Amino acid sequence: MQELKTEPTPAEIRAQKPYEAWGLSQREYDYISQKLIGRLPNYTETGLFAVMWSEHCSYKDSKPILRKFWNDGSRVIQGPGEGAGVLDIGDDQAVVFKAESHNHPSFVEPFEGAATGVGGIIRDIFSMGAKPIASLDSLRFGELDKPKNRYLLTECVAGIAAYGNCIGIPTVGGEIGFDAVYDGNPLVNVMCVGLMDQADLKRGRATGTGNSIIYVGAKTGRDGIHGATFASNEFSDEKAADRSAVQVGDPFMEKLLTDACLEIIHDHSEILMGIQDMGAAGLVSSSAEMASKAKSGVTMNLDLVPQREPGMSAYEIMLSESQERMLLCVKKGEEQTVLDIFARYDLDAVVVGHVTDERQYRLYQHGKLVTDVPVTSLVDDVVERKQPSKKPARLENVQSAQTPIVQQPAETLKALLAQPTIASKRAVFKQYDSQVQANTAVTPGSDAAVVRVRHTKKALAMTTDCNARYIYLDPYVGGQIAVSEAARNIVASGGIPIGITDCLNFGSPNDPESYWELDQSVQGIAQACERFDTPVISGNVSMYNETDGHSIYPTPMIGMVGLIEDVAQITTQSFKTAGDAVYLVGTTGDDFAGSELQKLRGQITPIGQLNFNLDAEAANQRLVQQAIRQGLLQSAHDLSEGGLGVALAEALFEYQLGFEGKTALTNSQLFSETQSRFIVSVQPKDQAEFEALAGKQAVLLGRTTDQDVVQLVTADGQLTASSSELKATFGGALGCLMK
Amino acid sequence: MKFAVVSFPGSNCDEDLYYAITDDLHEDATIVPHTTTDLTEFDVILIPGGFSYGDYLRGGAIAKFAPVMAAVKAFAQAGKPVLGICNGFQILTEAGLLPGTLQHNRQMRFICEPEPLLVENSQTMFTAAFQDQQQITLPIAHGEGNYYCDDATLAKLRDRHQIAFTYQHNPNGSVSDIAGITNEAGNVLGMMPHPERAVEAIQGGTDGLLVFKSLLQAHLRTV
Repeated sequence: MQELKTEPTPAEIRAQKPYEAWGLSQREYDYISQKLIGRLPNYTETGLFAVMWSEHCSYKDSKPILRKFWNDGSRVIQGPGEGAGVLDIGDDQAVVFKAESHNHPSFVEPFEGAATGVGGIIRDIFSMGAKPIASLDSLRFGELDKPKNRYLLTECVAGIAAYGNCIGIPTVGGEIGFDAVYDGNPLVNVMCVGLMDQADLKRGRATGTGNSIIYVGAKTGRDGIHGATFASNEFSDEKAADRSAVQVGDPFMEKLLTDACLEIIHDHSEILMGIQDMGAAGLVSSSAEMASKAKSGVTMNLDLVPQREPGMSAYEIMLSESQERMLLCVKKGEEQTVLDIFARYDLDAVVVGHVTDERQYRLYQHGKLVTDVPVTSLVDDVVERKQPSKKPARLENVQSAQTPIVQQPAETLKALLAQPTIASKRAVFKQYDSQVQANTAVTPGSDAAVVRVRHTKKALAMTTDCNARYIYLDPYVGGQIAVSEAARNIVASGGIPIGITDCLNFGSPNDPESYWELDQSVQGIAQACERFDTPVISGNVSMYNETDGHSIYPTPMIGMVGLIEDVAQITTQSFKTAGDAVYLVGTTGDDFAGSELQKLRGQITPIGQLNFNLDAEAANQRLVQQAIRQGLLQSAHDLSEGGLGVALAEALFEYQLGFEGKTALTNSQLFSETQSRFIVSVQPKDQAEFEALAGKQAVLLGRTTDQDVVQLVTADGQLTASSSELKATFGGALGCLMK
Repeated sequence: MKFAVVSFPGSNCDEDLYYAITDDLHEDATIVPHTTTDLTEFDVILIPGGFSYGDYLRGGAIAKFAPVMAAVKAFAQAGKPVLGICNGFQILTEAGLLPGTLQHNRQMRFICEPEPLLVENSQTMFTAAFQDQQQITLPIAHGEGNYYCDDATLAKLRDRHQIAFTYQHNPNGSVSDIAGITNEAGNVLGMMPHPERAVEAIQGGTDGLLVFKSLLQAHLRTV
């Protein structure tokens, strides 16, 4: 093979080692040359290996841990390994979902970074054959007193809004948290949910010797080259100039691409053998993975690839992460049908290659063979690395958290409601179109968002959750809690949790403590998932979340979907009318480790020990589920950050109600974050039935009133506040901090 | 009664309108592409929300050149009802079927919220099922919904009762709180709020259904 003159020869590559800067280690390079291909790779091939062997594409560091996830379960149609996971929801329908992180690009270029995060995950959903019906965003930023963080928040939100609103998929939920550890390393995790008929299921396979490989969508440009490698390295301020690794999105193009691909899937399923998004590592990862999964080979002619600019090298074409592109495998002889449909949408669609039976990955450019390596060497032969792992020193001899003294609970409540992590996110959510498609039954702001399934009685509840302060204190228990809180949100909305996706945002896998945290939290998540029958059906790992050697809290974001069998059971967090009885489900202890109150009182880095019991969690969830099924609950709200005080206040705001009651808890316990609790409201006529069902699991707190007063007598004091003032504090805080 | 929902590349509320008509009004609806040149078989034309052609230039600025627009204009000139919602309103102003224009929202951000409105004129074929000054709630979802026209045009709109809906808490800076207007003849309505997102209780309200019921009543009177 002859190399392009401007590119170094294989021998020069061996001498100059450019691959090290691309993330490929010397050992890996030697292994590839000596064991896998039996010669020195040329420039293009070296680039392909570098991206395909990056953690972002190969999961080589995390795979030994990810195997501990539980992904069985009776509903699973497709688990991890494809564009997205698929679960059976009855009536021959399925729900498809996945979450993905776009952390590094969102720091460098927040608007486009966040926007293309939305775009990428949407393609994963429709590539399975599903219509995207909702998306959620889980965001983390540094504290808003720094102008840079305000800028990142404002621009990320604008990017999500610009892309999501245009494409016509409702952004129905998500969460936003703030902590100084995310300075210089914000998290942008996007989850997309799709709905499909099971008969339409498609996978990313290049099957059938002689079948055509068709490139579809936007032209390939020089943007995003080495984006996957970029995401597999620690970040530094110097690299912030590395904008060429960030892509630019075009939601209009994506809308056309979605509609055209879904039309082919619905109307010409029999000729579409496989379809996959060109995501991280673009054309190389999609084509190589499609061949790997089908145990076939592919040959492509790069001269045929639609290109945005002249003179692109094979290396650039293959590694480009230009957005809004898909790769299809279509039955030989039937190509024109597919090309005609894309022409109707004014989209580029070109036959660029074909499937072979040799399991070889071959690329031609300008009439020359520029890549000729086994498919397996790019995908299957990546050497997994079980990294050294070590329990962090901070987790030895843990001090217990002090119980904060609360003398004026009303003042404490107001201060908590104004914390940006707790305060209303409406200033953000109202910039997202949450209602397009006209199926949104519960809009952002309640425990979980709910989207009904048109022409059925069903609805889907969805939520994202992770309290990283807990994970920092105990990755295993914190992982269990993240899943449990997500499940509580689903249950409080009237649903049955059916599965999860995740974005595992961690520090460098080369740091034994980070690796240990990943391992522990995955095990905690896995155990809780098995307990709640919520298999992990898809997910994404984002490591190297470190900037200038400073790591984020481990943040394994859980995205959960629940099935609501009858829309009549949809429940929201708000109390509905005056005179209803309010109960607290679950017992309350002095749990201040990692709490918002602890942070408010100046303990910025969380300390203390978490208490958590999966059995109690499951029992309380069952009670709320049963009570909703029996029609006994007017509202249900899970208790999380800020504890009972915050949850009680939040439930009053929508219908502008007051509250009067008495509790055996202390002032400080009003803000304890003991897990596994709900606050529910019950009409007087249903109280006896509810109490009989609940037994000792629930205790009466008081009643809603039509007065503008919240009054709760505690064991050592009394909380008295104006309901409307609390609402104003809660509603206005984030908007003020963003200015 | 036959409704046409005109779908431009980038329209994203076309299906929502289709379902509002078929599932909730129980009438006949067809989604027609932007390349359609003959709309005479229909009784009503609906122009949906979305981002036609991406709206990278200005809402509706490209859509007004679409092949279907000549047929839409002919339909309107024949006195038959044309309803543009959100991006549809923008397209109708760009096409000159309605006066004024829609600017970026005052705060330069997209807003999606249920919005209380007043029905200012219940004598149109789009609003007859409402009472005058009736307070209703419809969702808005737009980045360019800030209605603007000059004083002379505003005076004309008022004199000829062309203001159909106003906002009660002006969310976007629109002149005179305008949320929806008709043409002088009263057969073309443009509105920023989304009636098709408020046709079933599960969506949060049913006030929007009355817009479509009004059209149905008007049609039944003519046949």
